[in-house]
Amino acid sequence: MTALEVDAVWKYYGDYPALRDVRLTVAPGSTVALLGRNGAGKTTLLRILAGLSKPSQGKVKVYGADTRDEATRRRIGVLGHGISLYDELSAIENLMIFGRLYGLPDPARRAEEMLERTGLDRVRDGLVREFSRGMRQRLAVARVFLHDPELLLLDEPFTALDDRAITVLQSLLAGMHQRGRTIVMSTHQLREALELATHVALIQRGQIAYAGERTAEMAADTGWLYRTYGGNG
Amino acid sequence: MREKILYGLGLVGMGLLAWNLYKIAFDLPHQANVAAYQIVYFHVPAAITAFTGFFVALVASGLYLATGALKYDAFAAGVTEVAVAFASVNLATGMIWARYAWGIWWAWDARLTSMLACWLIYAGYLILRRAIDEPTQRARLSAFLSIFGCVDVGFVYKSIEWFRTQHPAPVLSIRQGGGMGPGMESPIYWNWLAMLCIASLLVIVRMRQEDVSREIDSLRRMAHSY
Amino acid sequence: MTLLRQTLTIAGKDLRSELRTKEALNASLAFSVVIFLLFSFAFDPGNLNLDINEFSGGLLWLAFAFAAALSLNRSFARELQNDCLDALVASPATPGVLFLGKALANFTLLLAVEMISLAVFSVMYDVRIRPQFGSLLLVILMTTWAMTVIGTAFSALTVNLRMRELMLPILTYPFLIPPLMAAILLTTDLLAGMPIGGDNAIWVRVLVAFDVIFSLLAVVFIDIVLVG
Repeated sequence: MTALEVDAVWKYYGDYPALRDVRLTVAPGSTVALLGRNGAGKTTLLRILAGLSKPSQGKVKVYGADTRDEATRRRIGVLGHGISLYDELSAIENLMIFGRLYGLPDPARRAEEMLERTGLDRVRDGLVREFSRGMRQRLAVARVFLHDPELLLLDEPFTALDDRAITVLQSLLAGMHQRGRTIVMSTHQLREALELATHVALIQRGQIAYAGERTAEMAADTGWLYRTYGGNG
Repeated sequence: MREKILYGLGLVGMGLLAWNLYKIAFDLPHQANVAAYQIVYFHVPAAITAFTGFFVALVASGLYLATGALKYDAFAAGVTEVAVAFASVNLATGMIWARYAWGIWWAWDARLTSMLACWLIYAGYLILRRAIDEPTQRARLSAFLSIFGCVDVGFVYKSIEWFRTQHPAPVLSIRQGGGMGPGMESPIYWNWLAMLCIASLLVIVRMRQEDVSREIDSLRRMAHSY
Repeated sequence: MTLLRQTLTIAGKDLRSELRTKEALNASLAFSVVIFLLFSFAFDPGNLNLDINEFSGGLLWLAFAFAAALSLNRSFARELQNDCLDALVASPATPGVLFLGKALANFTLLLAVEMISLAVFSVMYDVRIRPQFGSLLLVILMTTWAMTVIGTAFSALTVNLRMRELMLPILTYPFLIPPLMAAILLTTDLLAGMPIGGDNAIWVRVLVAFDVIFSLLAVVFIDIVLVG
């Protein structure tokens, strides 16, 4: 069974098609780097995959089920642009909330684990409002991995992370990949992404211009993909 | 073809209105020749048209949600706008009538108050539409409000009816206790028909406006994406 | 049961956030007291010929309704910071659960403000609330739920809009005319010592019908608002 199947998806804003006939298949265990210029449709596509919006036409299936199914959403982890954490609550409180929403049997234990993993166990009771930027980012990462998702959707995760947070994220992602989990990440940071990626998809003006395995060429020369398939926009 | 329909509706509507005006002004039994009384012939059909509009908008909103086709949203928006216009007519004529009948510009009787509340609800709908730029989001959120609005109209109408009883007894013969004599009722129905024609005309024009505005929006998005 | 657990988690989160800052709570409370004060300038409460019982219900519910606008606005607005709303919608909690959780939190906060305001009101205007307190509480609960359902739903509706703070009251108040009317009539009678029954029983039915119908509509249709 495929991890992710995007079947002839169109997304309209009024009469304007932000996504046109997008077809993409992601096998379980792969790490897909979703590339594309700003405005090409990466975020729009990711939002549909995450269940945050519905396609105007076409279907998306995650592990064979609809993205809006409750059971499916338990298996998906989403990291967007914002950190998705509550400023007036503490680190542990924030993680407990999401732990309960995702139906974890022992949210407290899992939350403590993730705090340790991201180096935030000393500030477990600190309010997020008082955290430094790097700490907030690491807590955001902790939140995403909290319920051990099988499919991870990340929208430009390396942007605006500091070094420590990038290291934490990379190690968590590598760990997930080793365990056969599936990752789809949109990114501008070609180098970090292409290191981790097994597959690459290029979106251009709402369409998939290229989708396939990551080759040695791409890793060596990060601009190659855009030059070859990017056309003139 | 569309132009012909528009002109046709316009002519029929205007024709009916003109003929009705003549009948109201010159052809009714004696006691109805007071202008203040004759305004009823516009006041009541305007209300019926407005409420019909709110209900049709509900159906159109439902169709949009079911199919995702933006033309239903354009239709709902057009119908609601026209319904609000007719509600305004109803309020204005009601105020004029109140002035002549009771000497005051506004009376807190059941029907006027209900219509004011409904007008506010749907004015909110129109304000909401203006606050959203993206057409699909606008359609979605408007449909939600339209459903809520129509259901609330029912509550508003009944509640205020029970609350106040100052308005004259219902005058249409469909309900018991009609207050109008025979032969005096038909202008109400004819006027209603005329108003429906004019309303349809306005809705069609408005829908075309919505289509054009959507096209402009999508052109703008396309231009910005390069 | 997961649905209940999720609903309570969301309600608890909202309540905890609010109680930690107490911003909306204090503002609403202060606001309703200010309204009582301002109304006292509209007429003279000390005037023995004036019968407070003619408009006690109206005054009380106007204050409650205005105070509600302050706290209801924040309901979904607090999720915008840091993009929390996306995380909630992407979670296994259905939009209906999200809505109910927030409605529950709003209801609790609103009720707290109202109970305190009621006490202040009875002191300021020398109104006895004990005689029909049970029925009064029932009316307050039902009407507060009506305000909460509409207010929370419209808070979700307007969360991403430019003029959010302005749009919420504009949209919400006309919708609340039926339950507020019912509440005003019933409260005026109850504060005057008259029990519910006979003539004013119909208003209880209006409240119940409004609550049931709009709660259902909101839970069923809220995903249109929350999921793009």
